[in-house]
Amino acid sequence: MDRFLYLTFDGLSRGAVYAAFALALVLIWRAARIVNFAQGAMAVATAYAGYSVTNATGSYWLGFIVAIVGGLVLGALVERVVMRFVDHSSPLNGVVVALGLVLIIQGVLGMIYGNEFRPAPAPFSRDAFQFGGVALLSRYDLFVFAAVGAVVVLLTLLFTRTPTGLRMRAAAFAPDVSRLLGVPVSGMLTLGWALAAAVGSLAGMLVVPTELGLHPNAMDLLFISAFTAAVLGGLDSPVGAVVGGLVVGLLLTYVSGYLGATVAPMAVLILLVVVLLGRPDGLFSRAKARTA
Amino acid sequence: MTTIEAPEKVTTNHPKTKRLSPLLYVVPAAILILALTYTLPPFRNYQLATVGAYLCVTAGLTILTGLNGQLSLGHGALMATGAYTLALMQNRFNVLALGILAAVLVTTVAGGVIGLAAARLRGPYLAGLTLAVAVVVPSIASTFDETFNSDQGLTVALEPPPDAVTVEQWQAWVCWAGALVTVLVLAYLARGRFGRDMKAVRDDETAAKLAGIGVARTQVLAFVVSAACAGLAGALFAVLAQSVSPGAFPLTLSLFLVMAVVIGGLGRLSGALIGAVLLVALPEIAHSIAEDAGSQRLEGNLALTFFGVVLVAVMLAAPGGLASLRWKRNKQKGRT
Amino acid sequence: MRRTAIVLTAVLLAAGCSSNGNGNSSSGSSDTPGVTDTEITVGTHMPLTGPAAAGYSKIAPATKAYFDYVNSKGGINGRKITYKIMDDGYNPANTQQVVRQLVLQDKVFAILNGLGTPTHTGVLDFLKTNRVPDLFVASGSRSWNQPDKYPGTFGFNPDYTVEGKVLGTYVKETYPGKKICFLGQDDDFGRDSLAGIEKILGPVTAKQSYVTSNPNVGPQIGALKAAACDVVMLATIPGFTALSIGTAAKIGYKPQFVVSNVGSDPTTLTKTLGAAAPLLEGVVAANYLPLATDDANPWIQLYKKINTDFNSNAEFDNNVVYGMSVGYLFVQSLQAAGKDLTRDNLIAAVEKGGFTGPGLVPVRFSAKDHSGYGGEQLTKLTGGKATYFGTPYQTDDGDGAVAAYTGSAVAPPQDGIPTAQ
Repeated sequence: MDRFLYLTFDGLSRGAVYAAFALALVLIWRAARIVNFAQGAMAVATAYAGYSVTNATGSYWLGFIVAIVGGLVLGALVERVVMRFVDHSSPLNGVVVALGLVLIIQGVLGMIYGNEFRPAPAPFSRDAFQFGGVALLSRYDLFVFAAVGAVVVLLTLLFTRTPTGLRMRAAAFAPDVSRLLGVPVSGMLTLGWALAAAVGSLAGMLVVPTELGLHPNAMDLLFISAFTAAVLGGLDSPVGAVVGGLVVGLLLTYVSGYLGATVAPMAVLILLVVVLLGRPDGLFSRAKARTA
Repeated sequence: MTTIEAPEKVTTNHPKTKRLSPLLYVVPAAILILALTYTLPPFRNYQLATVGAYLCVTAGLTILTGLNGQLSLGHGALMATGAYTLALMQNRFNVLALGILAAVLVTTVAGGVIGLAAARLRGPYLAGLTLAVAVVVPSIASTFDETFNSDQGLTVALEPPPDAVTVEQWQAWVCWAGALVTVLVLAYLARGRFGRDMKAVRDDETAAKLAGIGVARTQVLAFVVSAACAGLAGALFAVLAQSVSPGAFPLTLSLFLVMAVVIGGLGRLSGALIGAVLLVALPEIAHSIAEDAGSQRLEGNLALTFFGVVLVAVMLAAPGGLASLRWKRNKQKGRT
Repeated sequence: MRRTAIVLTAVLLAAGCSSNGNGNSSSGSSDTPGVTDTEITVGTHMPLTGPAAAGYSKIAPATKAYFDYVNSKGGINGRKITYKIMDDGYNPANTQQVVRQLVLQDKVFAILNGLGTPTHTGVLDFLKTNRVPDLFVASGSRSWNQPDKYPGTFGFNPDYTVEGKVLGTYVKETYPGKKICFLGQDDDFGRDSLAGIEKILGPVTAKQSYVTSNPNVGPQIGALKAAACDVVMLATIPGFTALSIGTAAKIGYKPQFVVSNVGSDPTTLTKTLGAAAPLLEGVVAANYLPLATDDANPWIQLYKKINTDFNSNAEFDNNVVYGMSVGYLFVQSLQAAGKDLTRDNLIAAVEKGGFTGPGLVPVRFSAKDHSGYGGEQLTKLTGGKATYFGTPYQTDDGDGAVAAYTGSAVAPPQDGIPTAQ
């Protein structure tokens, strides 16, 4: 029982990180109807920027802010300079261009920073609180939960309570109609990219201290887990992304703990297959008619 | 097909090349390769062989992505399937032809399974699923380590070629035999009814359905065909490397394959050839540039960046890939 | 299609011809590839990029720096050493490609210190067929020690089983009656290491494994904690050593860690753990070369000087020490092979063995034994620095006893270049 409890909390703290990343994927899906396969690489790039500032100034929070703002800028830049000019008649093109961006970002980061793992300090203690001899969550885990929760609330407010959020969704769903109705579609698109990349940067900053450290390839594997989480949640729902992230985190930890670490990546694949074939629109889908 | 196109496109010589029999370029190519293997030094022969092995998989992907519009990021894993099958067969029976055949068959079955799932998925969902397939290879190799020997992998037992030919020469023959047969088969497939069905499904699923084409069946079939090609390529890679391990089929390989196909030109087998050549040539060019610059960090990273930049540039400037540039130029001339 | 093919063919032909020309001109008068009257060309394959490059990417430049130092003093028998470093990104398919390029196109004399078990395993047969000396492979796999099957291949690192036996002996003597557990990488590194440990200790209380593709060792460390292990022996790469120690601290678990040399470089660990570096206090590991932080050691003084003058003052850590020690051993081998340098001479000279140098224990080379260093000495981490304690131990990968090595340390020669013995 202790073991189960321990694994559950370990899984939840991993899951929170996947959730943060999945949120970024959901956001861009809402804003531009594409899955940004470069999300991981972009997040790593801004995390590098953030930690460079942290190392230079000694302030974690200054670096944190730089990373988030860097995300906003990078997202807007990618949209304005690259994605805008992609022929979106086939969803394939956007994916391929994003993969090209992944290669560019990883190559450039490698050239600038070298292919070493760089330590990434956490702003809070990672020592878990103990309860009856079982390690539960650490201060850092709580910080991650709080950050993810804040993002969900802000996004929900943005999309349901503000005119800007509604315009963003309209622009993504029906660009032509929106344009006729006076929605600045192209501006909305840029805004969506910027926000999504900023959330991605946040996710990157949250993830890096829990893994091996900062590395150009640091997010490659994480992307799969986050993608699974996002798909599980239906790609369109912030709450779904969070639930998806926690489910994936728990699954990985249970499988590692009870079946062995080697099996875990397969478990994610199987989960993804089951969800995609069973409920292609995710566990939280509302609209059905949109798939065509 | 040409009748429904806009008038200016009819003025290109597109239809003429279509009618050319694939044999007319495969046979001269075979003779040319044979001649090349006698003139090239061993290392160039090895590179030539590698291009041949890559061509198998890029040609298959060209059919899948270019003609049928399905994107697979998991062909590296399918290559691994072929490579491991060959290694296991070779170490037990040591008959190369049998090993290659088994590799293609096993990968075809694996491709069928993925293809069945893929046929129900579109765009990013399919890309994400195949991406997950690509990263699961090391996990499988470690979980069943008694068969696959985890990260260390397997060595491949191979009979040495007859004394008259060098190993590299012989490897080039084997690889190009595989590549040319692949190209020939695919070219005939693409020209025939199957090719038309695939394009119809790619362009408009609903219309295709109305025209009586089995959409799902076509998609699964396209995936299976491209998987068989990947299996063959994997087997050839195992022959080239004389070893198989998960590290040889990383995520970047799958990405590089997509790059190669897209850069070369979606839907054109000549694009697949350009892509295969780029996969071999670009890293070497990047290496010599890095060596001249004397910078360790440039190594490898330069090739990555280069691939990325070329890919993005091609997608923005000529979504049809390098092989389409000629047509595009003609087209623009026609317009102005 | 045809036009493309013709253009490509022309390019290939041109490339072929040009490389032919190069090959002929550089092989010079001598019949031995890679050796002229004034130059010896040697090559290596290393991960310089990709996830596995961390730390390792510094080794080959250090080796090259040592060669540049030797060259600045006139080289060996009038020949300067050229070291060609190829990046394989730890991808066995790339290793195939770059090693062929080194052997077939660049016509190197020998492959030196190729890094990695999965990567190098794939080129053993190729190197054997082409009769290329394959010296001092950078990994602790036992595969390199197969003189009958691969007569030209020699190891460098103590193999993982030897190391397991040395660490096991320490644990047996220091922690009698305690619960000993094991966490290792799920490949030959972990397996061989565990085999060595269990040869000495018998079955361990609990064993866990990890895969590099899953950077969360929470479940494994949790299981070790649940098994109430007093000592945890790690066969992990540096990133996972740091993860394991960090995760244990996270769940309030403080066993004694005993770590394989592979994953115990203090510089790397301290950097990776960042603020949590104090957790490393008291960690026991092992090594077989002088430690980078031991400024009093004459080898370190020599290496530091070379590092400043020829390695653009790269950050000096154990990887640099390793790289230069490889260079030193190679120069010793060249000296022993004599003026008339051929591949057979070189292999015969290495098999003759008897090299003494920076290593704490001798290399084991003989006609029957192609493994590298035959033992290690234990280190303890205090204040972010490793220091040796006790005496070096020697053993083999079989059932041989683990015995203290009594030979004394050797000082480097005056000018830092080994002389012909």
